[in-house]
Amino acid sequence: MDRQTLLNMFRTMVCIREFETEAIELAKSNATRAAIHTYNGQEAIAVGVCAHMTNKDYITSTHRGHGHCLAKGANLEKMFAELLGREEGYCKGKGGSMHIADLSTGNLGANGIVGGGIPLATGAALSVQLSNSKNFVVSFFGDGATNQGSFHESLNLASIWALPVIYVIENNEYGISTKVSKATNIENLADRAAAYGILGMSVDGNDVVKVYDHMALAIDHVRSGKGPVLVEMKTYRLAGHYFGDNQNYRTRQEVDSWKLKDPIVNCEKRLQMEYAVSSETINQIKAEETEKVLDASAKAKLMSEPDVDDLIEDLYDPDFEEITWIPINNQKK
Amino acid sequence: MRKISMREAINEALHIAFNSDDRVFMIGEDIAVYGGQLRCSYGLVENFGPDRVRDTPISEMAIVGAGVGAALSGKRPIVELSYIDFLGTCFDQVLNQAAKIRYMYGGHVNIPLVIRTQCGAGLGNGAQHSQSLEAILGHIPGIRVVMPSNAYDAKGLLLHAIRDNNPVVFIEHKALYKKRSEVPEEPYEVDYTTDVKKQGNDVTVITYSAMVNNSLQAAEKLLSEDGIDVEVVDVRAIEPLDIQPIIDSVKKTGHAVIVHEACKKGGFGGELAAQVQEFAFDALQSPILRVGAPNVPVPFAVNLENAYVPDVSRIIETVKECLSYERTKV
Repeated sequence: MDRQTLLNMFRTMVCIREFETEAIELAKSNATRAAIHTYNGQEAIAVGVCAHMTNKDYITSTHRGHGHCLAKGANLEKMFAELLGREEGYCKGKGGSMHIADLSTGNLGANGIVGGGIPLATGAALSVQLSNSKNFVVSFFGDGATNQGSFHESLNLASIWALPVIYVIENNEYGISTKVSKATNIENLADRAAAYGILGMSVDGNDVVKVYDHMALAIDHVRSGKGPVLVEMKTYRLAGHYFGDNQNYRTRQEVDSWKLKDPIVNCEKRLQMEYAVSSETINQIKAEETEKVLDASAKAKLMSEPDVDDLIEDLYDPDFEEITWIPINNQKK
Repeated sequence: MRKISMREAINEALHIAFNSDDRVFMIGEDIAVYGGQLRCSYGLVENFGPDRVRDTPISEMAIVGAGVGAALSGKRPIVELSYIDFLGTCFDQVLNQAAKIRYMYGGHVNIPLVIRTQCGAGLGNGAQHSQSLEAILGHIPGIRVVMPSNAYDAKGLLLHAIRDNNPVVFIEHKALYKKRSEVPEEPYEVDYTTDVKKQGNDVTVITYSAMVNNSLQAAEKLLSEDGIDVEVVDVRAIEPLDIQPIIDSVKKTGHAVIVHEACKKGGFGGELAAQVQEFAFDALQSPILRVGAPNVPVPFAVNLENAYVPDVSRIIETVKECLSYERTKV
C-alpha cells in the first residue's frame, strides 16, 4: 500500500471518530433528541471498503451509518444538520441520524430496520447488471442482520443471478446486548456463504490495510461476473449500542482488551513504524479533522429548522416520467 | 371495437411498456416461460429476453426489496407478487422501505416501482390466497394503491402506474381476469381519478374492483324492478383518493352505499364513509351503509364462500334499506 493512500484512509478514520465524538456531545445536550449509534472502533471497515469506490458505486447503510456516509464522501455540515433536524440537512430534517441518504455519492441510504437494506443493495446490483456497467454495490450490515430472512433471501438471489454486490458483515460482537455467540452457532459468519454457493471471507476488520486488500479481491471477483461475495469484518463496538447505553451485558475488561486493537491507533502505529510518518504529521491530521468537524457542527447549529408547512411535502413525486408509449406492432429492435 | 379480457389487456400493457422503455423490467415467481401464476406475463420473455423477464426463487422479501433497490438506482421495475396474501412475507420492504424512502430522504429520491398482484375470493382458493388487503396498504402513506374493475381501465391504469415515479401496488382481482370489455389496441392511459360508471339520481353506490360489476348488476335490477336509479362510482385508486366525484354524486343523490369485498370491519369503506360525512353531511338523507364481507377469513366450501362474498342481492337489499330509512323518517 502506498503512503498517500494509507494517510488518506487514516484521515477519514479520524474524521469519523471526531464526528462521533461531536455527535455524542450534541446528544449529551439533547440537541439530537433521539438515539445516536456511534461507529467507534469500526472505522477501518467503512474506510477500507469505500476507498475503492466511486460515486457511481452504490452502498446501503445501517442505523450505525455515520461512518459509511462519511467514508462515501458525505458533507459534514449536511450530516450534522440532519442529526440536528435542520432544513439544510441531507433529508431536510425528515430523516435524522438513522436515515441519511446521498445519491450524489452513491449512498442509497441508511436504514433503521436491521437487514432492511440488504434487498435494496441486491436490487441496485441488478440495476448495475442490467446496465452492463462495471460498477458494483456494497451492502453494510451488522452481525445481527445475518439472522434476518432478508439476508438469506438476498444472498441466494444474488448468487443465482451472479449480481455484482459485496455483502459486508460488520461483526462487532453484539446486536444491542446480545452477543453474537448467543445468536449464531457458528464461529465465522462468512461460512454462511457456502450455503449460497458464493465466495466468503473473514477479515480482521480493525486493520484498514487488510480490509482494503481483501476488498480489492472481492471487487475483482464481482466484476469478473463470478457473483456476489460475503465478507465478514471482525471488529468490536467500542461504545454502547447507542449513547446512553448502560452496557450491563459486557465487562470493562472486555472493552479494554479491544481498545488495544483500536483501528485508528493501529493505523497510526503502522504509519509511524512502516511509513516513517512523524508524530507531528499525525497530530496535524488529527487537529485538522477536529477543527473541520467542530466547524461543521457549529455551522449546522445555526441552520434553521424545517418549515412546518413542509410537513406533508416530499411524500410523492407529483410528476410522471415522460415516456412515449410505442404500440407493440412497432416493436423496437 | 374488439373485446379482450382483463388478462389480455394487462399483458398488452406490459408488452407496450417493455417495448417503450429499456428501464422497464419484471421479476417474480414463475413469470417467464410459465407466464406467471397470474397468467399475465406470457410472451414477454420470448419478446424481450430473460434479462428483463426474470423468474425468481420463492423469496418475496428479496423480490420486492430488489424491486425497490432497482427503482432507487434508476430502473423502472415491475414486481409480480403472485398473491396479495404474500404481503405477509415481504411487508417490511413495502411498509418501511418502498413507502417511506422518498419522504424519509427529504424527497431527494424516487421509487418508480410497480408491484402487480392479485386479490379476491370467489374461486375456492382458501383463506391464504383470496384476501382483499387494500385497506392495510391504503393506511400507509407513500404508496399508491390502484384497483382496476375492467379490462379497459386495467390497461390504461397499468401504463399510468408504470410512468408514476412513486411506488404503486396494482391490485388485480382474480375474478376479473377473464372478463372482457372493449379495449383499443393502441397505447392509452387511464389516470387515478374516480369514475362514474353509471349515472343515476336516487342513490350513490361507491365501490371498486370486482364489486363494480356486482354493483352495476344490482343497479340494473333495481332500475328495472323497483324503478330505483342508482349511480355507480368506481374508486379506481384508493391512494391517491379522488374524493370529489364521490362527494358530487352524494350531494346529488343524498344517499350513499359503499360496497367492497374486503371485510366490512376496518375496511376502506370506513374511510370513504368518514370522508362522505365530512364533506357532504348536509346532503345526506340517510345513514351511509356499507356492504362487505363478514369478519372471518375467506372460507373454502362453495356455499360458505358464496355467502362470504357480497353478491348482487345483498347490494340490492342494502340500497333499499338505505332508501327506506329516508321514507320512515320523512
